[in-house]
Amino acid sequence: MEIRPILSSLSRHKITAWLVIIEIALTCAIVCNAVFLISQRVDRMNMVSGIAEHELVEIQLANLGVRPDAKARTQEDLAALRKIPGVTQVSLANQMPFSDSETNNSIKLDPTQKLPSLSAALYWGENLAQTFGTQLVVGRNLREDDYRDLDAVNKAAAGGDPNDKALPRVLVITQAVADKLWPGKNPLGRFIYFGKTPETVVGVVAHLVRPASFSQGAEFSLLVPIRPVVGDGSSYLIRTAPQERQRVLKAALAALKALDPRRVVIEKRTWDDVRSEFFQNDRAMTGLLVGVCVALLVVTALGIVGLGSFWVAQRRRTIGVRRALGATRGNILHYFQTENFLLATIGIVIGMVLAYAINLFLMLHYELPRLPVIYFPVGAVLLWSIGQLAVLGPALRAAAVPPVVATRSV
Amino acid sequence: MFGYYLDLAVRSLKRNKVLTALMVIAIAVGIGASMTTLTVMHLLSGDPLPGKSGTLFYPQVDADPTTDFSHKDPVDVMDYHSAVDLWTAHRADRQALIVDSQLKVRAPETSLPPLMEMMLSTTSDFFPMFDVPFQYGSSWQPQDDEKHARVAVISADLNDKLFGGANSVGRTLQLRDTDVRIVGVLKPWRPSPQFYMVAGGRFAHGQTADFYSKPEDVFTPFTSGLEINDGNFWQFTCWHMPDKPGYLVDSPCEWIRLWVELDSADKVAGYRSFVAGYAEQQKALGRITHAENTRLRSLMQWLDYNGVVPSDVRLQTWLAFAFLAICLFNTVGLLLAKFLRRSGEIGVRRALGASRAAVFAQCLVEAGMIGLLGGIGGWLLTLAGLWLVRRQPAVYADMAHLDVSMFLVTFALAIATSLLAGLLPALRACQLAPGLQLKTL
Repeated sequence: MEIRPILSSLSRHKITAWLVIIEIALTCAIVCNAVFLISQRVDRMNMVSGIAEHELVEIQLANLGVRPDAKARTQEDLAALRKIPGVTQVSLANQMPFSDSETNNSIKLDPTQKLPSLSAALYWGENLAQTFGTQLVVGRNLREDDYRDLDAVNKAAAGGDPNDKALPRVLVITQAVADKLWPGKNPLGRFIYFGKTPETVVGVVAHLVRPASFSQGAEFSLLVPIRPVVGDGSSYLIRTAPQERQRVLKAALAALKALDPRRVVIEKRTWDDVRSEFFQNDRAMTGLLVGVCVALLVVTALGIVGLGSFWVAQRRRTIGVRRALGATRGNILHYFQTENFLLATIGIVIGMVLAYAINLFLMLHYELPRLPVIYFPVGAVLLWSIGQLAVLGPALRAAAVPPVVATRSV
Repeated sequence: MFGYYLDLAVRSLKRNKVLTALMVIAIAVGIGASMTTLTVMHLLSGDPLPGKSGTLFYPQVDADPTTDFSHKDPVDVMDYHSAVDLWTAHRADRQALIVDSQLKVRAPETSLPPLMEMMLSTTSDFFPMFDVPFQYGSSWQPQDDEKHARVAVISADLNDKLFGGANSVGRTLQLRDTDVRIVGVLKPWRPSPQFYMVAGGRFAHGQTADFYSKPEDVFTPFTSGLEINDGNFWQFTCWHMPDKPGYLVDSPCEWIRLWVELDSADKVAGYRSFVAGYAEQQKALGRITHAENTRLRSLMQWLDYNGVVPSDVRLQTWLAFAFLAICLFNTVGLLLAKFLRRSGEIGVRRALGASRAAVFAQCLVEAGMIGLLGGIGGWLLTLAGLWLVRRQPAVYADMAHLDVSMFLVTFALAIATSLLAGLLPALRACQLAPGLQLKTL
């Protein structure tokens, strides 16, 4: 296909040609970045939690307040829940992954260190690792005799004696924490300081995501041996077979109500609901971005159709002359296809530069990573295809112009 | 003349319906998308108390004595000691201490099950200071703050839920285990954002949608609230473990907000030096170490410092305007096609004596007409878009409505866009040489 006649024809319609190029360039730049944003959101929604999500249900009760019998009542609740047929593990957790508020603690490797090494989410609750179903990599899980009661821990922590027996002495960390604190070394037996209190690392779990502040290290989580009491945002977590969840949830609510009918239930849901509720904003944003991408591509395609039709109409006579001079229908069709391909290529090149610039801006303001290189060829192919598809209609109409047009009204 | 141009425009638009429809749709979709996001942006970035926000200030003192914390800025809220000291001094025109907590609420005279609600414990100035509207009754009196009175003001929502919207002043409400008397019921009140609770935005990484939550449903005097819900208060942060979590009075924790109203620039300067002086005095007493680290931001400065507009919303706005830009280029191309296809007709008009300006004006009238049609489509699409926003899970979703000003902006933006799009094609059309066109007829 000769390109020179196309170029010389385009140079006579500079404005129209540039309009098509700019439209393609803008669409290319925005769609590349929007698709990238979508992929980021999808990654976020698919974040690994490290727990047995399809086997868990959550029940959160309102504050009991500080009552002398809170500890006994918690044990009573746990015993009642354990008795429900089909329940494999039960725990009262101070917090769980994918919830909005978060209990964190700054940790140090040396009590004299000026700034903390990192800030990690603290998970506690008897039997919590077993209920979560976290996967142990090395060492052991927390044991019965490691555990301390929350009120005693609070009192001891406020007391200020770092060696108080009431303080927990061991903890389990995630692989991410181990890699950050002691890259390449065995973390077992090493110390982490909470203030001035040393805690020995006894185990490492593969994954356990923190409740919400993922930007500070998504898996910076610690499991500490503390027994909470019901209330203060803590939740009962019950593990059971996936198909048993609804039945167990109902039975658990009934069991808890039977112990005290006046209690207010704040949450009752399966863990699949926890994930879906936590990421609902991301899902909405993803839907919106997909909608915008589709609308953009449609508008651009319609623009190409419109201008293509105009061009064909304007050049009817020229096309007729070419046909009369021996050009085949295929020649005419290819002419318009090649023309569109040229315009799209220029648009894509400009669009890629623009896409990169927009990505730099987003990196600066929205903590986004760099646009992966793969987006450039994929984006180019997409826009080329849309351009070809859009121009096909007008090009076919051009190819259908009969040679006899050349003989009329000149 | 304008009427004649309108007539020509209508004829021309009718002639090629597909092209017209393409242009109108392009503008309508672009306007619909950008007006939807602009309305949300307008809603979220506006002044929650127009006319009043300039007189409201948020004092901060840095009471954290440790070195773990950078002390670049004081913590977003205050410890009990500092907040109550500053409030007790009564050096501002009005001042309100604020703390919220969750508790169980029942109306003992009804058989409704108990509800978990948020309670705001504050001082009596809160209501006049923030122009909070009352449906029935009124705020409690300043002496109720001192007497730890068992009184409460409830929201319109809670009043509907518990008392079916009737005047419930004088009736009893059970807050946890304490009976309180209702002294006032608010009218529906939905400030955007819930400005008086905003704090910690700099740690939110743009996920600030929660700043647009509904106000609390129960309001009690500060002193009474602390007693009623004792043991259930959450700290913003602590520099040392409190003796008993939940009991935060005189604890090493920051958990209380203080707002002050200062009606003149002199008073603002005076209050600023009062806060600085207070911090110096506390440093001399050995209670705090970073006395120089005080702030007094105005309401709007405080919202700005906290970056209240969620980053997703800002991103959506950028996206929508980029979309509008593409629709604009699309329309330029289509208008160009339309005008130049009528070269012959324009040539005749020019040959018959129409000036370039007349042709230009005629083309712009046609473009504006498309803008008007696109504006109507855009308005409908904006309504549809806002309906979609209201169905989203965001906490501000219920506020997404098109007000009169944004309705007008919709049409202004549509016509401006189409005129802008028509500029270049109209210029090209009026420069056509009449002779050349007549020859080919």
